[in-house]
Amino acid sequence: MSSLTSLDGLAAKPERAASGTRLAVRRFLRNRLAVVGLGVVVFFVLFCFVGPLLYSTDQTHTLLQQVNQSPSGAHWLGTDAVGHDELGRLMYGGKVSLIVGLSAGVLATVIGTLWGAAAGYAGGWIDAVMMRVVDAGIAIPALFILLVVSAITTPDLTGLVLILGLISWLVPSRLVRAETLTLKNRDFVLTLRAIGGTHARAIIRHILPNSVSTVIVAATFQIADAILLVAYVSYLGLGVQPPSTDWGGMLSSGMTAAYSGYWWLIVPPGLAIILVVWAFNAIGDGLRDAFDVRGRA
Amino acid sequence: MSTYSFLIRRVLQALAVVLLVTVVVFCLLHALPGGPARGILGPQATASQIAAFNHEQGLDKPLPVQYVYYLNQLVHGDLGMSYTLNEPVSQLITERLPKTLLLTVLSAVVGLLVAVPLGVWQAVRRNKPVDYVITTLSFIAYSTPVYFLGLILVLVFSQVLPWFPAQAPQGNSVADVLSQPQGLVLPVVAGAATMVAVFSRYMRSATLENLTEDYVRTARAGGTRPRAILTRHVFRNSLTPVVAMLGYYIPVLFGGALVVEQLFNYPGMGLLFWTAAQSSDYPVLLGCVLVISVATVTGTLLADVLQRVIDPRVKAGRS
Repeated sequence: MSSLTSLDGLAAKPERAASGTRLAVRRFLRNRLAVVGLGVVVFFVLFCFVGPLLYSTDQTHTLLQQVNQSPSGAHWLGTDAVGHDELGRLMYGGKVSLIVGLSAGVLATVIGTLWGAAAGYAGGWIDAVMMRVVDAGIAIPALFILLVVSAITTPDLTGLVLILGLISWLVPSRLVRAETLTLKNRDFVLTLRAIGGTHARAIIRHILPNSVSTVIVAATFQIADAILLVAYVSYLGLGVQPPSTDWGGMLSSGMTAAYSGYWWLIVPPGLAIILVVWAFNAIGDGLRDAFDVRGRA
Repeated sequence: MSTYSFLIRRVLQALAVVLLVTVVVFCLLHALPGGPARGILGPQATASQIAAFNHEQGLDKPLPVQYVYYLNQLVHGDLGMSYTLNEPVSQLITERLPKTLLLTVLSAVVGLLVAVPLGVWQAVRRNKPVDYVITTLSFIAYSTPVYFLGLILVLVFSQVLPWFPAQAPQGNSVADVLSQPQGLVLPVVAGAATMVAVFSRYMRSATLENLTEDYVRTARAGGTRPRAILTRHVFRNSLTPVVAMLGYYIPVLFGGALVVEQLFNYPGMGLLFWTAAQSSDYPVLLGCVLVISVATVTGTLLADVLQRVIDPRVKAGRS
């Protein structure tokens, strides 16, 4: 083990990686849209996780004496059909949206990375079969799969993360496979193989660390897409059950109310979704330019 | 690799993908708690009723046997009977698919007509305020759930300003739908928005890439006016790959149609799929997913072939 570790040191180039990272950070900070995006994400994380401590509201009991009130001094964003304070609900639902979106996006990236690295590294017919599986997955639009799932079952939060992760790992797998194809014949991987390093070691210690920038960029876009997908989930009948909720759930349940003129039930959750998804996309864009990797246009 | 062997290889790959899709969908739909019988006969059905239903529908045979049986039917164009509508699935789909195609094609055309000029404009004015504003707007459009956008459109352009109906045109045929064009406006706009966001980005980067090519410098050195370079050379070379991207975009268009059709009560395949999901009508779900997957795989195939034919530099570049 120890002799191989020292050879790993020869193969990778730690100083260059560090200065590369610093350069990337500098390039990222120069991208104004990306920095604004980062600010928006930080704001919403504080809003959803620290906000309820400063602005405490009752989000469990039905309060019939204060249903569908328009925004006022007592309820800044009004109240919904069962009397929950809308601003408090935005914090409460945002927690679910952010946690589910982040976990599903990260899960999808992890699955896609492992799948893509394995396929690209193996090559030949294994690669061909693995990538046809990806093609088949891409051929069925995610919303259709979600609707079929909703016909079968209503999952809990963990189940929801698993389902979303399992249907959205396809794009990162393609990106990582392409990256692996260019890395697997580079000298440091060939050297490792020549001195008897295993395939697993080549993938885990050399190919994946060198694909880190691609993976990070893919993960950021994946999180954006997952948060957007979570917003569709309640609309498609897979949502979290009341009294718990998420932004998509607030939007779906506010839809009928919107026709009665209760705009405050749909505009805040709608804007929150748009802002957060926009922010993650802007960050992803900035990271892609900063790391100078290929991603989506 | 010659073009012919490339074509044959790509078509074989596409067939393999379609076969895989049938396996995936088949497995997904059979992973049901209580099976489809429970969904159709309701919670009050007795065990013997369920057994009779399963026997009648061939659902008591082993899964691989059911799969082979299903594939055989498929080859003969038989997608089974709908559980709830008592009509052959193939007939239901042939009735609805043209209307969905109308909606998606209209959205795609409108989307492209807006996206392409926007993208070129951004490329010409890159890193100027216009570029930033359009970039931000397209990110916002991309980040908006289609049903939220549709709802806002209805509230603004149907409730507040009574310009367009909130419901899509009804009718059995494409002609019926086309006879009420004002009802198509809001659904098409809702369907085109994401498209504008994505394709203006593609067009922008394609134009930017082409602007740095040697032939642009040559033309400029030869004294061709910038506008002529843009319209005669750069635009053409940028547009073709972007249009080919449409092939890869088909699943997103169908996903959008699913939401738009439900929201505006448009009588297409998306709405059929939606109702089928509510009533656990598995043959219909299976049939729709299959048709959409075949459309997607064909689209991807066409896009790959098109790119190879248009641009001789692309030589099976993906592997």
